[in-house]
Formats: sequence, C-alpha cells, structure tokens
Amino acid sequence: MPNRYAYYPGCSLEKNARAYHISTLYVAEKLGVALEEVPDWNCCGATEYFAIAALPAYALVARNLALAQGMDWNGGQRHLVAPCSACFLNLSKTDHYMADSPQLAAQVNEALAAGGLHYDPGAVFVHHLLDVIVDDVGYEKVQEMVTKPLFGLRVAPYYGCLVTRPDYKHIHNEPEHPFCLDDLLAALGATVIDYPVKTACCGGHMTQISEDTALELIRRLLKAAADYRADAIVALCPMCQLNLDGYQAQVNKHFGTDYHIPILYFTQVMGLAFGATPEEIGIGKEFVDARPVLNKIQEKPPEEGKKRRKKRRDKQALPMPELLRTHTGRK
Amino acid sequence: MALDPGIVPEGRRTFMQEVIAATPGGDPHLELCLQCGTCGGSCPSGPDMDHTPRQLFAMIAAGMREDVLKSNTPWFCVSCYYCVVRCPQEIHITDIMYTLKRMAIEEGYYRESSAAEAPDFSETFIDFVEHYGRSFELGLATRYHLKHHPLGMLKMAGMGLNMLIKGRMDLKPTRIEHLDQLQAILQKAKELEGKD
Amino acid sequence: MQHKPQEKPRIGVYICHCGTNIAGTVDVEEVARWAGELEGVVVARDYKFMCSSLGQDLIENDIKEKKLNRIVVAACSPLMHEKTFRGACQKAGLNPYFFEMANIREHDAWATDDKTAATFKAKALVEGAVNRVKFHMPLEPIPVDINPNTLVVGGGIAGITAALELANAGYHVYLVERSPSIGGHMAQLDKTFPTLDCSACILTPKMVDVGQHENITLLAYSEVEAVEGYLGNFTITVRKKARHVNEDLCTGCGICIEKCPRKVIDTEFEAGLGYRKVIYRPFPQAVPKYPVIDTENCTFFQRGKCRACQIFCPTKAIDFDQEDELITFQVGNIIIATGYDLFDARRIPQYGYGRLANVFTSLEFERMVNAAGPTGGRIVLRDGVTEPRSVAIIHCVGSRDKNYHEYCSKICCMYSLKFAHLVRERLPDAEVYNFYIDIRAPGKGYEEFYHRVLHEGAHLIRGRVAEVTDAAREPGEEGKLIVQVEDTLIGKQRRIPVDMVILSAGIEARKDSKEVAQLFKMGCDFDGFFVERHPKLDPVATMTEGVFIAGCAQGPKDIPDTVAQGAAAAARVAGLIHQGTVLMEPVRAYIHEDLCSGCRICNNLCPYNAIVFHEDRQKSEVITALCQGCGTCVAACPSGVISGAHFTNDQIFAQIEGVLWDVRAKATAPS
Ligand SMILES: Cc1cc2nc3c(=O)[nH]c(=O)nc-3n(C[C@H](O)[C@H](O)[C@H](O)COP(=O)(O)OP(=O)(O)OC[C@H]3O[C@@H](n4cnc5c(N)ncnc54)[C@H](O)[C@@H]3O)c2cc1C
Ligand code: SF4
Ligand code: SF4
Repeated sequence: MPNRYAYYPGCSLEKNARAYHISTLYVAEKLGVALEEVPDWNCCGATEYFAIAALPAYALVARNLALAQGMDWNGGQRHLVAPCSACFLNLSKTDHYMADSPQLAAQVNEALAAGGLHYDPGAVFVHHLLDVIVDDVGYEKVQEMVTKPLFGLRVAPYYGCLVTRPDYKHIHNEPEHPFCLDDLLAALGATVIDYPVKTACCGGHMTQISEDTALELIRRLLKAAADYRADAIVALCPMCQLNLDGYQAQVNKHFGTDYHIPILYFTQVMGLAFGATPEEIGIGKEFVDARPVLNKIQEKPPEEGKKRRKKRRDKQALPMPELLRTHTGRK
Repeated sequence: MALDPGIVPEGRRTFMQEVIAATPGGDPHLELCLQCGTCGGSCPSGPDMDHTPRQLFAMIAAGMREDVLKSNTPWFCVSCYYCVVRCPQEIHITDIMYTLKRMAIEEGYYRESSAAEAPDFSETFIDFVEHYGRSFELGLATRYHLKHHPLGMLKMAGMGLNMLIKGRMDLKPTRIEHLDQLQAILQKAKELEGKD
Repeated sequence: MQHKPQEKPRIGVYICHCGTNIAGTVDVEEVARWAGELEGVVVARDYKFMCSSLGQDLIENDIKEKKLNRIVVAACSPLMHEKTFRGACQKAGLNPYFFEMANIREHDAWATDDKTAATFKAKALVEGAVNRVKFHMPLEPIPVDINPNTLVVGGGIAGITAALELANAGYHVYLVERSPSIGGHMAQLDKTFPTLDCSACILTPKMVDVGQHENITLLAYSEVEAVEGYLGNFTITVRKKARHVNEDLCTGCGICIEKCPRKVIDTEFEAGLGYRKVIYRPFPQAVPKYPVIDTENCTFFQRGKCRACQIFCPTKAIDFDQEDELITFQVGNIIIATGYDLFDARRIPQYGYGRLANVFTSLEFERMVNAAGPTGGRIVLRDGVTEPRSVAIIHCVGSRDKNYHEYCSKICCMYSLKFAHLVRERLPDAEVYNFYIDIRAPGKGYEEFYHRVLHEGAHLIRGRVAEVTDAAREPGEEGKLIVQVEDTLIGKQRRIPVDMVILSAGIEARKDSKEVAQLFKMGCDFDGFFVERHPKLDPVATMTEGVFIAGCAQGPKDIPDTVAQGAAAAARVAGLIHQGTVLMEPVRAYIHEDLCSGCRICNNLCPYNAIVFHEDRQKSEVITALCQGCGTCVAACPSGVISGAHFTNDQIFAQIEGVLWDVRAKATAPS
C-alpha cells in the first residue's frame, strides 16, 4: 500500500454527501490509509462541462491533477483518490486522454500555463476509493478491523456506472458484473445478495432534465433490491446515493410503490462493522432512515450449521457452469 | 481506410469527419459503426430518446446534420458508458454524445429538441463553477428550476428543505482560494478552443 | 574474406508496374532510368507485368541477346514469383541462382502513399539487389527422398479425412489424437446444417474405418512431444499417455465403467452438461474402444482405495501401474488438424452464463438435443424437467467484437438457424427468437435453409443483444430471462422475456496453438490460427516444407470446408510421396575446413544435428543432406568461417551497402 494518497473529496462530499466524507475519513484512519487533501482543489465539472466546451472541461479537471502532482511526494509514486465516481472518472479520463493524445495534452498544458501550472500525463495514478480499499488495503486487513460483524444484514452491492466502466486503467476488468464490493461486504459479515442491476445507471442528472426518465431508472434499482429482499443498498457514489435516497419518496408516489430501502455508503457500512457509532459515520443524514434496519444485525452468522451441509444435487438437474471472476486489481 | 479528419481540409469535411475531429482524446472510431444496435439496446434512457445512438450514427454517416443536432438523444445520454464497453467496434460513444451536445449548442439546434432545457442546466452548473470554483447545489436548483419549472419548484422545495434540515445543502457557495488562477486557465482554454 | 565476383557482371534490371499496384506509388520509369546507370547494369527496363509470359520473354531474350549473366527483378514478394523468374533464367541457360528479387510492392508501394518516399526506397532496394547479385554463385538444388509415411495430428473430421485419403491411396499414416477417442467436435453435434443429417451417423463409419485400417496407426490419448528433421525425413516422438487399461487385454465390454462408483462433470464431451464416470469412454462409439482412468479424480489414485474397476474387469485389463510410453517413428510429411476451442461465453458477463441457470452455450445445447446426450434429446431447463416455452438464440457471442474476436466465426449463424429449427421440431409450441447482426449464409443450400427456418415461424430480430437479465421490470417479466436488445429494423429498444437462452459462441484457436506452432515450426496469426502459405493459392501448405494444415486449426469453417481441406492436404502430401524425391533449395551452410579452429561451438547449436566433428582432423563439417540452411551456425562461428550458400557475408554486406546508398552518398559528398 502506498504510504500516502492525495485526497480529492469533490463538491458533493463537502455538502450533500458529508456522510460519505466523514465515514471515509473514519475508515481511512482505522485502516491506516493516509489521506491528504489536494490544496485548493476545484470542481471536476461533473457531466456538465463536457457538454458545453471540451478543452475548458479538460483544463478544469487537469488543474486538480496538476495540483496533486505538485504536492510533496518525496520522489515516490503519486496516488490520487476520489470517493465520488464522477470525479474519479473525470480525473482518470483526463489523465488517460492526455496520455493518449499528445495534441490534447499540449493544449491543456497551454491553458494550465496561464495559471502557472503544468501536468504530465501519467504523473498521478487516479484511484476510486473502492479500489484503494480492495486492492491496496486488502480484504484481510479489513477483516482484521471488524469488531461488530454485520451478521444478518442483507445488502445489495451497488457499484453504479463509472467505477468499473470504462475502466481506462484496467483496474477492475469487470465492467458489467463486478464482485469486489460484494467480497468486501461479505468480509464485513453481511449477507450479500446477487444484485442483478449492480452496475445499472441511477439516472445521473436526468432527475433535473427529464424526471420521468430518472424516476424509472431509480425504480428499477429499488425494485430489484426489494425483489432480492435487501435491507439496504450500499453505494459508492454521492450521485447514486442522492438519487436513490432523495427520490425514493417520489418514486413511491409516481409508481404507487412503497419502498423503504436505506442507501448507505460503503464506508458507512465498513464503519459500522468497525464498531463506529451511527453518528461518527454520518448515519442519520439519509432521507430513508437507516437506523431501523441496523437492528437486524445479529450476534451470530445467520443459519449457521445449515451452511456446512453440502447442497445435495437434485437428481435430474443439469450441472451448472462455474462463474468466471476476472478482477485484476492494480498490478 | 479511415479518412483522417486531420488531413481533410476543414471546409471539405463530411459531417462525420467534423464530429470525429471535434472529439478529443484518441480515435473515436465512429466510421466503424456496424449498426449492430448494442448501444441502442444497452442505453438506460434509450426508450425516451428520439433516436437510438445507433440510428444517430447512421444519420451522421448520411450527413443529416440538422436532424442529428435537433435530436434529444445526446441530451438523454446519462454517461453510463454501458455502450462504450459493449460496443464491438470500440467506438467512443459517450464522448461523441458530448461532442454532439456541444455542436447542438453552438449551432442553436438544441432549442428545437424536446430536451431544450438540458443545455441550460449544464450552463447554469458551469456558471457557478466558473464563478466559485465549486458547484453550488442550492443556487443551481433555484436558478434552473425558477426559469424552467416554476411550478415544479414547489415540488422541489420540499426536497430542498429536507436537504437543508439534514445538513446536506449549504446556503452559500464555497469559493476556492485561487479563483483567479482557475479563471485564467479556463479563459486560456476557451481562447484555444476558439470559444472566447 | 572478400571474394571478388568471378566474371565481369552483365546485369539486367527489370522494374515491374504490377498494374497500378506498384506504378501507382513508385515512379517506375525513374527507378529504371536510374538503375540503368548503376555499375555493371547492361540493361534496365520497366514493364507492366513482369510475371506475364511476355515479361519473362523479355528476360530470356535479353539474357541471350545481351549476354546477361545476372538478373534483378524489382516486383512483388519473392514468395510470389521468385520461382517464376528463376525459371525464366534457367530457360535462357543461366543458372537460376544468378537471380535476385527486390520487393518493391509489399515492402514499399503498399506500405505508404508517399510517392517520393516510395520511389526513393525502391531505388535503395534495387541497388541492394544489384550489388548483391554480383556476388551470387551458381548453385544446384539438392534432391531429397520423401519418406512415404505421414503424421496426422488431431483426429477431428479434418484429421480423419486426411488420414483416410492417404491410407486409401496405400500410404501409411500415424494419426495422433490427444483425447481418448477420435471424432473431435463433430462427434458432439446432433444434426448438421443445412441437410440435417445426423452427425454421428455420417461420422462413426469413418471413425471405424480409421480404427480398422491396415495403413493407419492410431495413437489416441497421445501427444506429439518432439519433431526433428525436415521435409521428407521427420523424426517424431509421441507420448502415449497411460490409460491404465491394457489395450491387449481389454475387450471394451464397459463393465469397469458401470462399476466405477465416482461421477464427475464431463466438461469435455458433454460440454459440462452431463456427468461421466472416472473410468470412462467419452461416448459409446469411441474409437478406440478402450476406456481411460482420469487419475485426478480416481479414488484409488487419490486415496489408494476402491479398485472397483480392477475387481470387476473380466479380462484383468486394468493396470494401475501403467506408465506413459514414448514412441518414435519416421515420416515424410505432417498434417496438422488440431481444430478449435469454443469461445468461453462467461467472458461476456452481461449474457449471464454461469450466473443465470437457464443460459446455455451452443455446445451444451448440441448435447441436450442429442438423443445420446444427458437429457436423452429432451429440450429442458437447467432443472432437467421443465420444457421451455420460449427460447432466445443469441448470435455472434465472442465473434465480430473487438473486445473478444474481431473475426466472424462463420458457422454460428448457420448452427443458430439449425437450433431454431430443432427447437420448433421438438417443441412445436415454443417461440423461438434469433438475435443477429447479419445472417451469414453463403454456401450451397444455406440461404435456402435460412428461408426454411423463417417459414417455420422463428422470429428473427436484427440487433446484437445488449444483455440478458433476471431483473424484471414489468409483471410479464417476473421469473423469466429478459433479453434486452435494440430491434434495429424498428429502431426501438425491446425486452423479450424467455425461458431459455442459447449463446452461439464463436470458434477460437486452441489454447495451446502457439506451442503447437512452435513445435512444428509453423506460423500462427494474431488470433492463434495457423498461417497458410498463401491465403488464396496455397491454403493448406505452411511456410515450413512438409508441414500442412487442415480444418478449423487454420481458421473457422464448417464441416464441408473442413473435409475439403483435409482431403486437399492429403492430396498435397500424396503428390510429394508420389514424386519420391523433391529438389530442395541449395541454401546450405558450408564450413571452410582449412580455417576451422575446431572449437565445436557450432556442433550443439544446430537444431537439425547436421554438423559432425572429425576427431582425427579436429574439424567440423556440415552434412549437406541434413542442413536446413537456418544460419544458426553461420552466426555463431567465432572464426567466421561458416558461410551459408546464397547468404554469404559478401552477398549480405553488398546488399546492405546498396540499400544504404544515400548514406554513403551523403557521407562522401562535400558539405
Ligand atoms: C455448436 C456447434 C455446432 C456446429 N454445427 C455444425 C453443423 O451443423 N454443420 C457443420 O458443417 N459444422 C458445424 N459446426 C462446425 C464443426 O464443428 C467444425 O467445422 C468441425 O468440427 C471442425 O473439425 P476439425 O477436425 O477441424 O476440428 P475438431 O473437431 O476440433 O477436431 C480437432 C481434433 O484434434 C484434437 N487435438 C487438438 N489438439 C491436439 C494436439 N495438440 N495433439 C493431438 N490432437 C489434438 C482434438 O482432440 C480433436 O479431436 C458446429 C460447431 C459448433 C461449435
Ligand atoms: S454498439 Fe457500436 S457498432 Fe453497434 S451500433 Fe452502436 S456504435 Fe455502432
Ligand atoms: S453512455 Fe449515454 S448513450 Fe451510452 S448507453 Fe449510457 S446513456 Fe446511452
């Protein structure tokens, strides 16, 4: 594990996703992940700036990369971590495209020079918080920190779009049906459902542009979680959390449904298992109250003993092929 | 052989070559589209689009500039990148959607699309970023909704209030320290792109 | 050593236009004019098609009339026409090795659009050739005897066809098959498009023929371990893996299989859809009939207990101590027919194979509809009981996709249509949906078969499937697999709920194809398929003399094409055997004995063991008949006294100097 990461919280974590910020810092401290905020970072432009202008959008993102590059790294490899999926994507995309296209790199740097900055493509390795936890920290270390396992809590691992897709740096190698968050949650003792829409879209900014479109996308996610009897959905992006949480009531009104599925950040769930009080990790800030489902957490693993009995093969059933797991992690 | 837009003089480019040239960062491979429909089948907002991404690409190939730039399709793109990872021809579909948005704004066609307000949302958002260095949800929501959905505002107000109560929204925007530096960078970038 | 050209060179240079292939990019007239001024060049011409008989006449006449003693043709690759022009020289009475070819097409005209650069490079290549040809020596081809035995590797329908053709012609064949039985993929199929004959019915008679043919030595459950030698004289070492069944005693009664208490999933013959015993025969009609013990799963081999098979075998044929056997034999030619692997459909997670129970691969489905398969030919869901009421068949899984294989697997459209027919035949009330990008049905009777399937009521939807999911959105989707696709002919996204999904996975090269290519010194393309000598004109030969390829090992193809290639490869081999002796390129190494220091470094490096050391004289010598002209020793000799005929140092250096003429010109030019 690198001994230090530049931390890019992004605008959401300052405001609507404060709970994510708090819990990230909590978990990072427990796991010995040293985070140092990028000085005077600016907004990444979300999905909006690229729609208006290309070069300014890249330059906006690149200023953050340049600031991260300029931090004191003692000659070591520079690592930058963003907990927000959109920030992560914009940062890694800008780095990737600048490396891929010398013409773009030259223009972006010409713009940066107007502010006395410079960025060398590839200088900073951009991570999402998830891959820092699963690949750099590792499941074992996480498991060591668990003091209150989440036995009995049924969780839907929800990755959303941008962490595993397009995966410019081939960190995950599982764009469609990843497992790393599943494995992480299982390491915390939770029961992880086989969430079929784990990488489906939360609607992004469509809530603002075409609400009907967005509500339908949100409904699909809630329905699948409910169909699999999930107690909570675990998210790793402020936008996903806000859409599923903040618009849940509206979905219920629009479709005549009655979902009450709390949406937690994966760092909050980790914090719980590490023994944090709900307040320490920002639980209570969500619209759909998470506290009732926390009562489902039990002392003992569910259906213990049953597990050991090997599933007897149904005489007539045909054998089932094994799943292929392709997560590569950062090499 | 793919025509390198870089060597076709600007005035003589086909619409497709223009789109390719306006999409920075590696070759977007647009001319390779097989019309297989993987993108259209994958797109979460596909059912609400005027044209599926695939149709849009056929229209680009046919040079139907106006119809393409009036389509709501790019504005309904949610940037999920499903099409990008699934496209068998490795076409940079999401980036092309961004390019089409930019072209539609530039040429004013978006006003005739059913997503005519979408650019405004982006522009309002960007406006705050350019003035503060950070985004500002409350300002964005009020300004954008007051303009386009004064009635919907009421509906949104509940949510907004809730956000305030839960401590999830600030009343004032945050300003970065070296805003002048950021603005100089953006100004230069705009100049370089010829969008001053 | 600097050798002077023996006689005064009188060189003729011919620049070919190749229609516009070369002349479109290279200024051929200028190159000819320029070549005419080079030292030793008597005549330099450009001509539309040098390979035409008029072009060849030009060379012949010039040799006779202008007393030329060296010829240079600048045209296409020597692989195409070196032989042609050497022939022209010979006809005019000139030793054919006084000829040199410069490739200004593949290496030049086709590599750029820049005319100035192309013309410049053409000049460099021509000067290289002119310089080199001055040092050429007259050589005579070397006659090689062809051993009439042939090795066929792979016992699928390609290998079976090739083996039978040769055996029926009276030549002996060693057929080496890796798995316990021959038959390959065809043995797994149910019916075959477009005529729907039963695959086993047409295949098993051929398998039996192979098993009984007096001219065929069948080495099943075996692998080629080493290959030495060259065209006409290969020495092959085969590892015959231990079956743990004594073939001399086994009658093939199958009691051992019946009594074996352990079952495992059969991922090979049954494609994972069924089980087999640990002592097994892949299928009842297996050839040879002897069972084999899968030691990795055998209770006796793993835990030292059981022995059920041994106890019950009536002829005491079970032999737990049997060991692998190494067999060595000589052959003159080799045919590689190692076939293909099915694309691993799990690599496309959005299609759900491995996660969603009722998603099947095409090979699983072949086994399912096969009356001898795990379900006895019933089409059922993974529970083994329920018949599907709707089936989706997804084309192009892993093919035509840059993320997996860019090429078209050629057979999947047709077998997918076959599946549509089979489902409708077995389950007349079931709805069938085929999702395709394009229907590729070129072949005799293929388009007609497509029309037949349409007529039978299959729904053909044009659109590559985006995903298969169990996440229902509407009540009608609950409990189903939903196929999400853009119906591109309507331009709308559709979600079609079905009970069963079949993934028409493509064909890919064998996982070990690179190693196999290395073993036989063949080429293998980026995808892992073996490379033919010429894609159009020489589709079954390889770049290595005496090594031929057939079937899907060369690229995706259906059974008719596979059989045609198997027979074609056999015909090529039969032709060589019939000639008895062939003339080989005299490109051989030669040690200047008086200068050899006797260090012996070259001795062990020669991959063909062609170098002997004479203890008495303390000198090494190359045995010309064994040397393949690879040049390893030439490069290795510390005294630099080995030269490769036709690749002497003089020749190479002269050529390099010629190619770099402009560098020299610049270096000597006054600045
Ligand atoms: C689902 C499906 C359905 C099909 N249906 C049809 C159809 O209806 N009609 C049709 O015309 N075609 C059909 N095909 C295509 C057909 O399977 C092939 O054209 C044919 O089997 C190719 O034969 P082959 O001998 O080249 O290869 P294979 O059948 O693969 O045989 C190769 C043999 O070589 C052996 N081998 C491999 N490596 C080695 C080694 N290193 N040493 C020794 N032995 C080795 C293998 O064990 C195997 O026995 C279908 C294919 C599939 C996948
Ligand atoms: S997925 Fe790619 S190739 Fe297929 S229609 Fe869309 S852009 Fe074209
Ligand atoms: S990236 Fe845009 S166009 Fe592509 S599937 Fe997602 S929403 Fe549709």
